[in-house]
Amino acid sequence: MSDLQRLREAFRTSLDLPADAPVDDLQYQDNEKWDSLAHMSLVAAIEDEFSVMIDTDDVINMSSFQEAVRILGKYGVSFDE
Amino acid sequence: MSVFTLPQAAKEEVLLKELSALTEHHRENCEPYARILAASGYQPASSVAGLPWLPVRLFKNLELKSIPDDEVYKVLTSSGTTGAEVSKIYLDKAAAAEQTRKLGATVQSVLGPKRLPMILVDTKAMLKDRKSFSARGAGVLGMSNFGRNHVWALDNEGHVDVEALKGFLEQYGDEPFLIFGFTYLVWLHLYEVARDNGLDLSNGILIHSGGWKKLIDQAVSPEEFRARLSGVGLTKVHNYYGMIEQIGTIFLEGPTGGSLYCPDFADVVIRDPETWEEQPVGKPGLIEVISTLPTSYPGHVLLTEDQGVVHGVDDGDWPGKRFSVLGRLPRAEARGCSDTYREAA
Repeated sequence: MSDLQRLREAFRTSLDLPADAPVDDLQYQDNEKWDSLAHMSLVAAIEDEFSVMIDTDDVINMSSFQEAVRILGKYGVSFDE
Repeated sequence: MSVFTLPQAAKEEVLLKELSALTEHHRENCEPYARILAASGYQPASSVAGLPWLPVRLFKNLELKSIPDDEVYKVLTSSGTTGAEVSKIYLDKAAAAEQTRKLGATVQSVLGPKRLPMILVDTKAMLKDRKSFSARGAGVLGMSNFGRNHVWALDNEGHVDVEALKGFLEQYGDEPFLIFGFTYLVWLHLYEVARDNGLDLSNGILIHSGGWKKLIDQAVSPEEFRARLSGVGLTKVHNYYGMIEQIGTIFLEGPTGGSLYCPDFADVVIRDPETWEEQPVGKPGLIEVISTLPTSYPGHVLLTEDQGVVHGVDDGDWPGKRFSVLGRLPRAEARGCSDTYREAA
């Protein structure tokens, strides 16, 4: 599975979305499943999946799927396919 | 990185400018606010203490916002102490993002940028209804951003989960970890359990809030709270004071304890409850809270119903005013001023 697929999976699992749900355009709190409680699970899932430790500011700023891609880049996870 | 950097004179210069501009902004964009100012003979202020304030309970009586309906992103509500009246606070996207960012910067002033393993002195059960968290639930969730590997200290029935705490300490107790909870829950469910079970909390950093009333009923003063916690090894303790009507702004206790400090974007003024004049250092009065964060509603200068006292200026752990909260003003006494405002509005 590509890193991008793994990130999509982490989003779907944490936010309790169907297996084929499109997630690339998700925005925090625009999707009703992505609330502050789910955000905690999401961050934990991403950390587990990519073996990274995300700083507080990045947790606060992770407000969309695309932002998650950008932030993970800082931690050495590259999503170039 | 700290947001506790500005000496009082420098802070007031910045705040006077920004808050005067905010006052104008709200006057132009919030009609009830403009009417209140007009009725109370508003003049532009020449000092921070001269800025026009609103009684905090006004947010329970009036819909006060400075944004059009279609830009309302979130409405925060608080039941207050009586449960009957509810404050309504309107945020647009910009204000919501900024309050999260500023709260983050404030807490990181004592925690640093890394998230720490975290004990939440509460129960997950209160988050059951995901559509409507209590103020307590919202507070816990807001703070959980600063932690990782969270453990809940209380089970679904509200009993202490000693095994969970022991497991957490075994795994993370040798490095710094974060503890968050409401003051009386920390006292009842963490302090006593740590003492009775010999739990080592010496690497913990405790952040707690929620008023002292329930503890004072048990005759536990803030000083004793701190002294007893240090008895179970917990010496890094930060109380904070904040309210939903100024979401994102918290006044944080300094490392040596005993005083709350104002972040660079906020301040307090203590007022005589009869003359409304500013009280000198050492003299108790009503706490007015001032913050640059409320841009979507006119909550930038609020007179609370809490009593407090300034202990000193530029003479403590961090620059600026340092103060304590002494408790709530008896309800009857506070009524006069807000009734005046209600009539004016």
